[in-house]
Amino acid sequence: MFNHLLSLLIWLPVAGAIPVLLAGSTRPNLARWLSLLVAVLTFAVSLFLLVQYNPDTGGMQLTESYLWIASWGVHYGLAVDGISVALILMTTFVGILVIAGAWEVIQDKPHQYMAAMLILEGLLIGVFCATDALLFYALFEAILIPMFILIGIWGGPRRVYATLKFFIYTFFGSVFMLIALLYLYEKAHTFDLATLAALPLTMKEQSWIFFAFLIAFAIKVPMVPVHTWLPDAHVEAPTGGSVVLAAVMLKIGGYGFLRFSLPIVPDASEHFAWVVIALSLIAVVYIGYVALVQEDMKKLVAYSSVAHMGFVTLGIFIAFMLVRESGNIDMAQLGMQGAMVQMISHGFVSGAMFTCIGVLYDRMHTRSIKDYGGVINVMPWFGFFYVLFAMANCGLPGTSGFVGEFMVILASFAANPWIALFAAFTLIIGAAYTLWLVKRVLWGDITNSHVAEMKEINGRETFVLVAFAAAVLALGIWPQPLVHLMDSSVSQLVHQIAIHKI
Amino acid sequence: MPTFIDILIMAPEFYLVAAACLLLLLDAFMKPEQRPMLHWISIVVLLVAVYMLIAGQQEPAVTAFGDMFVRDRVADILKIFALLTTVLVMVYARPYLIDRKLLIGEFYTLMIFAVIGIMLLVSAGNLVTVYLGLELLSLSSYALVALNRDARLPSEAAIKYFVLGALASGMLLYGMSMVYGASGMGGTPSLDLAQLHNVMAYTTAPKLLLFGLIFMIVGIGFKLGAAPFHMWIPDVYQGAPTPVTTFIASGSKLAAFGMAYRLLSSGMGDLSQHWQLMLAVLAVVSLAIGNLVAIVQTNLKRMLAYSTISHMGYLLLGLAAAGPEGYAAAMFYAICYALMGVAAFGVMLALTRAGFECEEIADLKGLNQKSPWMAFLMLLAMFSLAGVPPLFGFWAKVLVLEAAIHANMLWLAIVGIVFAIIGLYYYLHVIKVMYFDKPAEGSELKAKPDASLRVVLSLNALSLLVLGLYWGPLLGWCRSAFGL
Repeated sequence: MFNHLLSLLIWLPVAGAIPVLLAGSTRPNLARWLSLLVAVLTFAVSLFLLVQYNPDTGGMQLTESYLWIASWGVHYGLAVDGISVALILMTTFVGILVIAGAWEVIQDKPHQYMAAMLILEGLLIGVFCATDALLFYALFEAILIPMFILIGIWGGPRRVYATLKFFIYTFFGSVFMLIALLYLYEKAHTFDLATLAALPLTMKEQSWIFFAFLIAFAIKVPMVPVHTWLPDAHVEAPTGGSVVLAAVMLKIGGYGFLRFSLPIVPDASEHFAWVVIALSLIAVVYIGYVALVQEDMKKLVAYSSVAHMGFVTLGIFIAFMLVRESGNIDMAQLGMQGAMVQMISHGFVSGAMFTCIGVLYDRMHTRSIKDYGGVINVMPWFGFFYVLFAMANCGLPGTSGFVGEFMVILASFAANPWIALFAAFTLIIGAAYTLWLVKRVLWGDITNSHVAEMKEINGRETFVLVAFAAAVLALGIWPQPLVHLMDSSVSQLVHQIAIHKI
Repeated sequence: MPTFIDILIMAPEFYLVAAACLLLLLDAFMKPEQRPMLHWISIVVLLVAVYMLIAGQQEPAVTAFGDMFVRDRVADILKIFALLTTVLVMVYARPYLIDRKLLIGEFYTLMIFAVIGIMLLVSAGNLVTVYLGLELLSLSSYALVALNRDARLPSEAAIKYFVLGALASGMLLYGMSMVYGASGMGGTPSLDLAQLHNVMAYTTAPKLLLFGLIFMIVGIGFKLGAAPFHMWIPDVYQGAPTPVTTFIASGSKLAAFGMAYRLLSSGMGDLSQHWQLMLAVLAVVSLAIGNLVAIVQTNLKRMLAYSTISHMGYLLLGLAAAGPEGYAAAMFYAICYALMGVAAFGVMLALTRAGFECEEIADLKGLNQKSPWMAFLMLLAMFSLAGVPPLFGFWAKVLVLEAAIHANMLWLAIVGIVFAIIGLYYYLHVIKVMYFDKPAEGSELKAKPDASLRVVLSLNALSLLVLGLYWGPLLGWCRSAFGL
């Protein structure tokens, strides 16, 4: 089993979707329990990664490689490093929670919903451990199919518009990456990422390839100005869809930068790092202000996701300035590390925020902030969790949100105090929009009779929220295990980007 | 004099001719209530031909009848898939034909004759054989389109197909005569494709040769349905009975690829620098017209017609690359397109019934609620046509794009991929209608209970997924045909 641990992790949920589908619409409860079982099993299997992966040596481990397409030399290649392990664990963890979260909320064809979720989970895990560029690309694109279905069938009123926009937007971004990969294949005659990383490329080639990758990953992250699909997709998606979208799918963008842009085109990445840094700062500051004026809760959190993901891209590319300009490897490592911690933390925090909004939406069937007020009076326990996640969202020390942001700001300061100044704005703006949201929704007197009739969270919802809260607090109070897990991988990455290709 | 070896090499073709004639006789002497038997007999006939092809694979290539007929792996692969897709068409057609009282011997005989045309065409070693095969295929197809002779639309489509097809044949023939003439300007004139191959070396009339080449490309463009020679496609697709449309969209395209390969590579390979650019232009125009016009279609058959045009654009990317890699990619694409097209039309055929053609995209509304399995099969076909991984269609696109890049035509690959994004919309629209819309009031969408159709259609559509996950052997087979 340990030889094929990664394959098992990918295929278990995908194969598990088949019995769930077969359980059919006639026995929805069986489908629910089966999918929960599959999700829990997947999580259990993913825990073995912690046992099997040795964080001290770093590098790619648990390698699996089989010749897939002989005439092209394409391998079914899987391996993980610390970063992948962390992301996979987050995926499987969130996987359980979205299935539990959808339990009785999804009444229309629940078996199809659960199956789509499981397939999505398997594909996401695959993205995080593919070591062959073509395999990565195939999985990267295949993810769109279940997500398209999830938003389109179970989404809100404008779901069709949102899901088409989501699909076409993302597809648009990634096709140029495909051309870049094929171009690289022409030169290297392989899609193996490690070989591509060692491939010498001229600056002109690197620049074109860099932008091809940038479009693909910037749309996924998403970065300003190609973030416009995200608010639509988030608002219209069912709660589970929003959670997976925010918690896991956005991370593929950041992960792609690490696996593709930095190692394959390091010189172009350095040369154009200012573009990414500028866009990240715009995301942090400008999108923060945009979030402030939102009247729809989901939209607000969606925009806050864009702002927080700006920290991820900022952290990744700040490392370039530090390594290449001042040779400050330690600080670069801190920035990169911060970006990774921020990815994981944002996964939990945004997932939790969307779950909370889902809880409210299930009771009131509205996402508009003005329809709420004084919710704390009828749902005190819910209020407790909501405030906790809101605090994490604005980066309060002691929650996971703080750790990553702090590390990135520290690294930015070493690179350029001005960048750090703008980045630190997030602490103020983030607090402003999040706390104002809490104030309008939770505090105060009960504003209308619908709010008065709201019921306190039930056992299932409590379980989901407690799980998220545990993750958020654990990372916030004691981030050391996560940092240790990723440390050697991050350090390898930073050393890799220090190498010039031309 | 033909020898026994010649006949042995052409055994599958001879066998099918004999079988088709026997079927015709059988049909004439059969009691009407026994007619449905013809269906199963024809399928068995075709499957036996597949077996003969597989068992008698020739390696290395052999020729028969004084180089008139070439049997190499390219021909064998194309024939096998043409036969198999024809079997699929027949299986899917049965309930449709029964419902409309069209289950008559002519359908099966004409189909088999059309397949023989395909087989001749892809095995052609001589300009005459090319023309012979093309006409056999075309004439059978014209008659098949008019199968439901009392209806207005099919008759109109058949006439349109015939007139335009005859014009294209004329163009091709004219081009062939020019090439023949040019080949005689300094040597012995030849119709033999292998001889034409080095015609550049001894001809004193390169302009005449190029002139002929252009007319031949018009003929190829028509057969492929590449823009700007695509005018017949939408009307014929829409007007023809759906099983016939399915055949034209699948087996015919394999034949068109075979014809293009024989004429351009075997015959005019040395002129590749000239025809590469022509094909590239055809590809770009096809991609643009096919994808853009498909967006506004409301009729599913018409939409798939325009989608065919765009797919032929992709196939041309591979051909335009003009190298073994490119041909292998284009052949892979043709096979892939045939399988996808048959699956998409197959779902339509499974949902039609007398008086309900299931032709409009809106007819599929809420299919996921009425018949989730059919909706899923259609979803596979649509995502495959759109080129979304992990489905088969994606890999075919990757291969032709790679071939274009390999041939230093990066710009062409970028044009191709940009139109893939545009094309995505109308495929997604079909999925949207099936999955996200509620069924119309009183909609009676349901799949036919015909077991053979359901099983074969399921296998067909699932093969798009399976081949998408593991397409290596098929690619290896295609590449081996071109010596890679």
